[in-house]
Amino acid sequence: MTRISVQVDGVEYTDDVEPRTLLVHYLREQLGKTGTVVGCDTSNCGACTVHLDGSSVKSCTVLAVQADGQAVDTVEGLATDGELHPMQQAFTDCHSLQCGYCTPGMIMASIDLLKENPDPTEEEIRLGLEGNLCRCTGYQNIVRAVQQVAGGERS
Amino acid sequence: MTAVDDKPTSTTSQIGASRKRKEDRHLITGRTTWVDNMMLPGMVHLAILRSPMAHAKIASIDVSGARTAPGVLGAWSGRDFADVQGDLPCAWPVTPDMVNPGAPSLAVDQVNFAGDAVAVVAARTKGEAVDALEEIDVDYEPLPAVLDLEAALADGADLVHESAGTNKSYTWELDSAAAGSGGSVEDAARDAEVTVKRRFIQQRLSPGFMEPRSVVVQPADEAVTIWSSTQIPHILRTMLGLTLGIPEHKVRVIAPDVGGGFGGKITITPEEVIATLVARALGRPAKYTESRSESMSAAHHGRGQIQDLTITATRDGKVTGLDVHLIADMGAYLRLLTPGVPVLGAFMFPGIYKFPAYRFRCDGVFTTKVPTDAYRGAGRPEATFGIERIMDELAAELDMDPLELRRKNWITHEEFPFTTVAGLTYDSGNYEAATDKALALAGWDELKAEQARRRESNDPIQLGLGISTFTEMCGLAPSRVLGSLDYGAGGWESASVRVLPTGKVEVVTGISPHGQGHVTGFSQIVADRLGVPFEDVEIIHGDTESSPKGLDTYGSRSLTVGGVAVVQAVDKVIEKARRIAAHMLEADEADLEYADGTFSVVGAPGSSVPFGDIAFAVFSAHDLPDGMEPSLNSEATYDPGNFSFPHGTHLCAVEVDTETGHVAIRTYACVDDIGTPINPMLIDGQVHGGLAQGIAQALFEEAVYDDAGNLVTGSFVDYTLPTAADLPTFHTDRTVTPSTDNPLGVKGVGEAGTIASTPAVVNAVVDALRPFGINDITMPCTPERVWRAIQDHTNGSQGAVR
Repeated sequence: MTRISVQVDGVEYTDDVEPRTLLVHYLREQLGKTGTVVGCDTSNCGACTVHLDGSSVKSCTVLAVQADGQAVDTVEGLATDGELHPMQQAFTDCHSLQCGYCTPGMIMASIDLLKENPDPTEEEIRLGLEGNLCRCTGYQNIVRAVQQVAGGERS
Repeated sequence: MTAVDDKPTSTTSQIGASRKRKEDRHLITGRTTWVDNMMLPGMVHLAILRSPMAHAKIASIDVSGARTAPGVLGAWSGRDFADVQGDLPCAWPVTPDMVNPGAPSLAVDQVNFAGDAVAVVAARTKGEAVDALEEIDVDYEPLPAVLDLEAALADGADLVHESAGTNKSYTWELDSAAAGSGGSVEDAARDAEVTVKRRFIQQRLSPGFMEPRSVVVQPADEAVTIWSSTQIPHILRTMLGLTLGIPEHKVRVIAPDVGGGFGGKITITPEEVIATLVARALGRPAKYTESRSESMSAAHHGRGQIQDLTITATRDGKVTGLDVHLIADMGAYLRLLTPGVPVLGAFMFPGIYKFPAYRFRCDGVFTTKVPTDAYRGAGRPEATFGIERIMDELAAELDMDPLELRRKNWITHEEFPFTTVAGLTYDSGNYEAATDKALALAGWDELKAEQARRRESNDPIQLGLGISTFTEMCGLAPSRVLGSLDYGAGGWESASVRVLPTGKVEVVTGISPHGQGHVTGFSQIVADRLGVPFEDVEIIHGDTESSPKGLDTYGSRSLTVGGVAVVQAVDKVIEKARRIAAHMLEADEADLEYADGTFSVVGAPGSSVPFGDIAFAVFSAHDLPDGMEPSLNSEATYDPGNFSFPHGTHLCAVEVDTETGHVAIRTYACVDDIGTPINPMLIDGQVHGGLAQGIAQALFEEAVYDDAGNLVTGSFVDYTLPTAADLPTFHTDRTVTPSTDNPLGVKGVGEAGTIASTPAVVNAVVDALRPFGINDITMPCTPERVWRAIQDHTNGSQGAVR
């Protein structure tokens, strides 16, 4: 067991974890933060995407011990005082989800995408979301949501 | 693009409005109820040991090492459960003599596909359970893998199930001459001026739902509560009860948030049975969640067919006959709907065309692969692919424009209702209107001109144009018809309305959504019909305790059957309320009109009572009409008289790089006619997702087994789900020809995109390559296959490339 201290969605946690524990499993099983989900074994689907010190990572590719001393932000921490994050708002405005399983990861990846490139073309959005799979939407409305937020930030 | 109508508390004109989804809030904030999120006191975690071989006898199996591993509470092999596990149910014995060797959840003496479950371990944590699998010793005696469908049917073939004595499960036939619905294909063949034969391959596909399958079982004495990521909680309840001998009223099934289905969660899974057996054995809650690689290898696949088609026609392009022979891959076992999937397709091969003669024959064959079962469209995409591809091949043979050939043969608008050569009666449709609109949407004339330019200049990037005009049978009901096809259940759907004292309403439905947006769509229907605000409607589903009666969600039946049941239940409430309103207003029922949620006396302004007041009057029950029970609640069960038949025209332009074989979609435009639209935003979403899946079959996806029967596409690394970068922006539009068979006029949309798009894309790819003498590319049309086809044909060889 290794002791780690992590700030998750603004709350400090100190925990003992097995060294093999992946960040996603620490979040889900030890902290009960089940908003972040697992979709594959191979880091292809992106459903588990969170922000580690502000940058998006697939939390199934990070060991919990690697997050020691860092801040982790998940989909559960995005809305503040009941006010949705603009990307969450855009996802519901644009019908960017159906079953919703990929959605937490997709939202987290989309936020980071705009941080890196605030004014992306459609092609840049599509390429930027290549690491996140969705089986329901055909991606079109997800692209629209990112465009809506980017447009909002421009204006 | 659809403008979202977000106006609050509108009670009228809800139908046709793009209301934002009620479902989204918890999904976008991460407050979800996926089964794998569940933690129950005392819960154990399961791991399943799976066969590494396609086919083998289990000479011995020893789980005792696992039983003493750290954290383990129990371990069981198939032999431990042999007497109690029963066989997984197959609900569709398509012929009286269908061979069904049985499908144990845990293999007992023999494994029949790589991924077949052989043992299960229960431990305190999932990690401990997985670790303990290493301590199980299995001695396998390998048997020959049975992989090739034709070889499996040959005399002396190695058998999947020795006891069955054959690899053929059934032969199912439909002959229009024998059925009286048309002439004979033999006569058509004799008289044919033109005959085109083709073999098409429907590759196996993984459903690829994003949420891996998960089940939690909580035992309590003889009862069990099961949370499952299933599409079919009601059917699961009945079937699990029958399989394990648990009285049905002691089984409660809950489908909470379900992360995609596409047919992939429509079967009774071995894992649901295994988790129930373990939970009952330990007297503790048990959870099993599959890994993605287990999902790829052990959750059922879709498609898997060899299609041999012969079409006959006159020289001027009138089709005269269609002869179809399928060999359908059942995989190792018959799961819930396995044998019925190709049979559903039998009715769709004639498509939208007026064939005078039709014959369909299907052989269902066992192989040592994971079973096939329903996958988005289930039988109808396969059939639509076959007919739409061979229409293009006939057009090429006749040197005719593929669209002209279709126009010459389709059922015209004036001819509806039309009974097809397969015996179905299409109620309504307008193929001309949808096609004309799609051509304009795609800019077809400009694309044609560009194609000509590129051909002329020998551009290394060739443009191919593909057409798919389709119809499908949706609204899987009518029970009477399903019975005539030997399906084991009906197709009705139920709904009930519970009116609360404040006038808010709870609507209980037997359908079980998993992403489609039914809560929003049904709320719109109720708000529109009952005249109450959209926000005042709660839709309750997916729990057999609160929603005890239903047949769940598949086959685009939720709106066409379940939605109509809701309408009928609402209408019953209105009729009850009318009697009470008349009593309250001291008026004659016949003098009341009901609009915008208020009963008014015609011609007496001011004499009115709103629905909420009636609801409270029923609750207080101080003064109701004599003999009336104090309840506004109602129940309805709807069994339609016919299927519904959405249709559409899908057009695809692809750019094919003839130097690399790479195919990119340049334009995708489609016009779907799904009857009356309820929520255009949801419809567009369903179409987009369907297109992505259908295009993926054409270009990307294939579940591949190696020569030893190992699945080599066992993860998302090897199995290519399309990403955002692989797909274009779709141009979608609608025509509206309401169904004449239901009061909503709806036809269903969930499968349309998938059904229509695969042939549109492949027709486009073949169109681009036809100047090279190429007339087929086996799906998926990967760069390698396309490149090889070009190389081979440049070198003079012929035939489809596999």
